[in-house]
Amino acid sequence: MQTRADVAMKAVTYVLLIICSAGMLLPLLWMVSSALKPNYEVFQFPPQWIPSPVQWSNFPRALNFVPFLQFFWNTILIAVGSLVGSLISNIMVGYAFARLEARGKNVLFYVMLSTLMLPYAVTMIPQYAIFSQLHWVNTFWPLIVPAYFGNPFFIFLLRQFFLGIPRELEDAAAIDGAGVFTTIWRIILPLSWPAIIVVCIFQIQATWNDLLGPLLYLNKESLFTLQLGLQYFVGQYTGGWNLLMAASTVILIPVLVMFYFGQRLFIKGIIVGGVKG
Amino acid sequence: MQAGAAEATPGRATRSRSLRAQRETLFYVLISPWIIGFLAFVFGPMMYSGYLSLTKWNLLAPPQFIGMGNYQQLLHDPLFWQSLKVTTIYAVVSVPLGLAFALFLAVLLNQRVRGLSVFRTILYLPSVVSGVAVSVVFMWVFNPSFGIVNSILGYFGIKGPGWIESPTWALPAMILMSLWSVGGAMIIFLAGLQNVPPELHEAAQMDGAGMWRRFFRVTIPLLTPTILFNLILSIINQFQIFTQAYVMTNGGPLNATLFYVFYLWQNAFQYLNMGYAAAMAWILFLIVLVVTVAVFATSRKWVFYQGGE
Repeated sequence: MQTRADVAMKAVTYVLLIICSAGMLLPLLWMVSSALKPNYEVFQFPPQWIPSPVQWSNFPRALNFVPFLQFFWNTILIAVGSLVGSLISNIMVGYAFARLEARGKNVLFYVMLSTLMLPYAVTMIPQYAIFSQLHWVNTFWPLIVPAYFGNPFFIFLLRQFFLGIPRELEDAAAIDGAGVFTTIWRIILPLSWPAIIVVCIFQIQATWNDLLGPLLYLNKESLFTLQLGLQYFVGQYTGGWNLLMAASTVILIPVLVMFYFGQRLFIKGIIVGGVKG
Repeated sequence: MQAGAAEATPGRATRSRSLRAQRETLFYVLISPWIIGFLAFVFGPMMYSGYLSLTKWNLLAPPQFIGMGNYQQLLHDPLFWQSLKVTTIYAVVSVPLGLAFALFLAVLLNQRVRGLSVFRTILYLPSVVSGVAVSVVFMWVFNPSFGIVNSILGYFGIKGPGWIESPTWALPAMILMSLWSVGGAMIIFLAGLQNVPPELHEAAQMDGAGMWRRFFRVTIPLLTPTILFNLILSIINQFQIFTQAYVMTNGGPLNATLFYVFYLWQNAFQYLNMGYAAAMAWILFLIVLVVTVAVFATSRKWVFYQGGE
């Protein structure tokens, strides 16, 4: 039976949840609302939440002002290129840390975890120096190649997941004479797709949202990613906020959609990566 | 490759030793991408940047060795101190505030009410987006005349400040903005809360402990490992703030948001003082190292591990 205090607590919880959720959604709703307004309505006070008339033409206008399609394509290329590398390297390294024994393994594992704490800014300048000597400035390589050499967060996440898979399956495969790559391919991967999807989501998200990397390495407009393209748009465009909000909406939507469909895995990934250490 | 080597060696002892050697080789083969990456993109660059920090280098001519010159110059650079000050204030305020807010949200999500998954999705949503688009949106949210923040303040008869256009309010605006993306910490706290055994709460309740007392005496102590994890993660994150300064304020107004990494980037890629920026990078590394070690060192005093795990 519920006491009066319980009911009051529930009511308070609801009110607080609703206020906080509204606060969190506010900037996004404000963005979409502004993206659909005619210019004169953007500068109206007090602001209107529901645009009237709804001006859909803001979207094509914003997307044609700078070559967003090209930026979109560039971002996809970098995302796919780094995703492939990230999967290959992190699965290999994660499997080794989960299953194989060797001298020095623990030390290496702690060294790897400690690099999680290293800010990008610390290695950014020498990395730039190295990549510019390779003449890789104004190519996508500096943004793709590092993904082929493992990422401590993903390695840790996959290792945690692999540790939960029963060893007997692999032993059986080994008796049948399967090598390690066959074992990973046939036994481990089919059982670890949730963890692998988490890595995919985080990797794509990281590429999609990265500004500093592209800012250093891509100086030609034809090579810009969406993030650089939007910044460029902000610099070029001096009109109303409605087109800027339309462009921002278009850039945020893919990540939001990806989150919507993968949210359970998304949240699981954070928990596995975060708590079970 | 492996099988051939094993069959060639007769005798049980040698055989098992070589089997072990094989497994070790296999381990190192599999982790080789990470080892190469660590040497090429982390350790190597760190050493190289240590050397660069002792040089004057503009990317065009070869680096010129100047000893401790950059570090001495940094000590007398008011903008360096400004960037350190701004970033420290930002971190010192936004880290505890963000963690408290994340914990508050997690506690709300840990109640037994309907529709929790919808609230969880909404509260976490902002954390999946970041980058230029978010900064552009917040420029508009904080717009002094037509932004939504000042409009809402207006409903209550408060005349909002200039936010990112005001030297006084730009940094608070950035701190407010950081509260928008506490979702990751919130989820980790939520998982931590769900690991708190309900028996402990029931026992405390029988002893007559009220809601607040139980929260501070039962929940918080059991949550300390999670707090430690989130604390370290968010300190490191907040020290790296860059995009907001680059997109929203360009470090201004009057250097009010001249964050450390932004000033470092300016030195490196706008003024082409690579050596000087490398020195800043090393100082950033030492700061993060010292802060992390200090947090871990004090954690012995306040972190409580359940079952001594």
